[in-house]
Amino acid sequence: MEKFTSHTGVGVPLRRSNVDTDQIIPAVYLKRVTRDGFEDGLFSAWRNDPTFVLNNPVYAAGSVLVAGPDFGTGSSREHAVWALQNYGFRAVISPRFADIFRSNSGKAGLLAAQVDEKVVQRLWDLLADQPGAEITVDLETRTVRAGEGVDAIEDSFDIDDYTRWRLLEGLDDIGITLGHADVISAFEAERPRFKPATL
Amino acid sequence: MGRTLSEKVWDEHVVRATPGEPDLLYIDLHLIHEVTSPQAFDGLRLAGRQVRRPDLTLATEDHNVPTIDWDKPIADPVSRTQVETLRRNAEEFGVRLHPLGDLDQGIVHVVGPQLGLTQPGMTIVCGDSHTSTHGAFGAIAFGIGTSEVEHVLATQTLMQAKPKTMAVTVNGTLPAGVTAKDLVLTLIAHTGTGGGQGYIVEYRGPAIEALSMEGRMTVCNMSIEWGAKAGMIAPDQTTFDYIEGRPEAPRGADWDAAVAHWTSLVTDDDAVFDKEIVLDASEMTPFVTWGTNPGQGVPLGASVPDPADFDDAQDQVAAEKALEYMGLTAGTPMREVRVDTVFVGSCTNGRIEDLRLAAEIIKGRKVDPQTRLLVVPGSVRVRLQAQDEGLDVVFKEAGAEWRGAGCSMCLGMNPDTLEPGERSASTSNRNFEGRQGKGGRTHLVSIPVAAATAVRGTLSSPADLEPLSTDTPVTAGA
Ligand code: SF4
Repeated sequence: MEKFTSHTGVGVPLRRSNVDTDQIIPAVYLKRVTRDGFEDGLFSAWRNDPTFVLNNPVYAAGSVLVAGPDFGTGSSREHAVWALQNYGFRAVISPRFADIFRSNSGKAGLLAAQVDEKVVQRLWDLLADQPGAEITVDLETRTVRAGEGVDAIEDSFDIDDYTRWRLLEGLDDIGITLGHADVISAFEAERPRFKPATL
Repeated sequence: MGRTLSEKVWDEHVVRATPGEPDLLYIDLHLIHEVTSPQAFDGLRLAGRQVRRPDLTLATEDHNVPTIDWDKPIADPVSRTQVETLRRNAEEFGVRLHPLGDLDQGIVHVVGPQLGLTQPGMTIVCGDSHTSTHGAFGAIAFGIGTSEVEHVLATQTLMQAKPKTMAVTVNGTLPAGVTAKDLVLTLIAHTGTGGGQGYIVEYRGPAIEALSMEGRMTVCNMSIEWGAKAGMIAPDQTTFDYIEGRPEAPRGADWDAAVAHWTSLVTDDDAVFDKEIVLDASEMTPFVTWGTNPGQGVPLGASVPDPADFDDAQDQVAAEKALEYMGLTAGTPMREVRVDTVFVGSCTNGRIEDLRLAAEIIKGRKVDPQTRLLVVPGSVRVRLQAQDEGLDVVFKEAGAEWRGAGCSMCLGMNPDTLEPGERSASTSNRNFEGRQGKGGRTHLVSIPVAAATAVRGTLSSPADLEPLSTDTPVTAGA
């Protein structure tokens, strides 16, 4: 996995709460057997609407999504994370993420930065004033920064220590776990024999 | 201090615990389906890794599969590729697969329990958020993403931070005609879709204990719809009776050892939950959704709410958007909402008990001429058992479509979808925009509401149906 330290890019306001994974990418787009090519399905139901934010050329280079609370609820599909990444997003900012979405993001290398609800509102206000403004998400210092002068926004975001460390180092979870293969084998030796097997 | 059910099961599975790191948790059963696994198997291949425990892994085909002509090649080439990819991966890595046409094919969360593979005290994961269903047996069961699927395939473990614990106590008795589905929809309307976030929830209390295993599965299934990591119910005699004698259930001395252990899997009297919610079942009524998330629901006897009545500004906006999408006007009685399609099925309500209940209400009646009723059993075994009991005949005589097993219109990956603007009453678990087909409008309902709605063509409960003439038998099947 690529290391993630800090990213600065065009902020995209998604003024909605409860953006579920069926909205991020509907089921009909989940049929690919690779991890790429999902960008066409991203927010597909809304992309027909000319007023939808991603149809505004100002946001063509958008890479930091700023969404309302409960982003990524519903299905476990990691395709939702891949679709955002395939489209060009590196980070999503929201006051609350669904657990599985947050976990999938951490594994796939998309930064899910949880901030206070007021910070999202201030970022939305900034982007309304200055469409195309850039936002920095700094994983090393766990801060979100945007704007300049008296209106500058700087606040902390939440991410668990372990995910942060893995993202900063670009580490592969499976490699780490396989380093504990002996402990796993020892655990297996003690499993009760009444536990079911499929073969 | 005592421990809760979830803490006991969790502790039994910790392979490695280090401060500042998530626990490394052993996984007893890994369920797999065609949609969320191909990239995981690819990852294994790229890294030259094996499946560590194929004997703790089970695959089936459910999301993409057609529910008619399932003996012919899948018409949609992309769906076909995905299913064929699963078959190739299962073959290459030595994983047991129940493919289309097999007796044990079906929705992964119906197949596990029906085989007896789902047992108390286990850890069960699947690349599917409704894995929470298996918590009904007193297992810790939750959905994972594809990277985690790959992690479990390679290591039979997962790194997981220990969630907080919550108790949902449901006192009283559910009134006649009010089901587990109404109970959980009422709960979600109460908590909102994020209310359970970060928690493993234990459902308890007299109303939960009184539920059948099917009812318990319906409740645990929808845990994810209010954001919970997992839902659990302590195993008891109802649980043991359901498991005993199933193909993969323990036998003989193993059975006795298993039951002795399972009996210890209850929350200690002095255990403390991080949060508690108490509900009264006796006040519950048939419950239906009006909006585009499972928390936007009201009693069937109520009306479409007015967005202005919500206190929170975000809720107001969400309600306005939902009403616009759903094509509903505030103040319309829910009972006057006309429905085009009724879908009976899914991992929430596609088990034999659900089909029996639906047939009991439909028997001797006809589906409304403007309405389509689709009955999709959760698995091939459910379909065959229903046919043995004559339920298929009841449905077909009423004018319903009797289909093959799979997820079907729950998510519309196969050809069973709603047309734009079409309205459904669905026994599934998600009413998200476009969930059942682009532009489709979904009302989540219980089995009795689905059956009565199919007959009347508007959202209804069995109490709204004209009584049958006395010479018509009212019980379904044999
Ligand atoms: S029936 Fe629906 S909710 Fe259940 S596994 Fe299938 S698609 Fe998911």
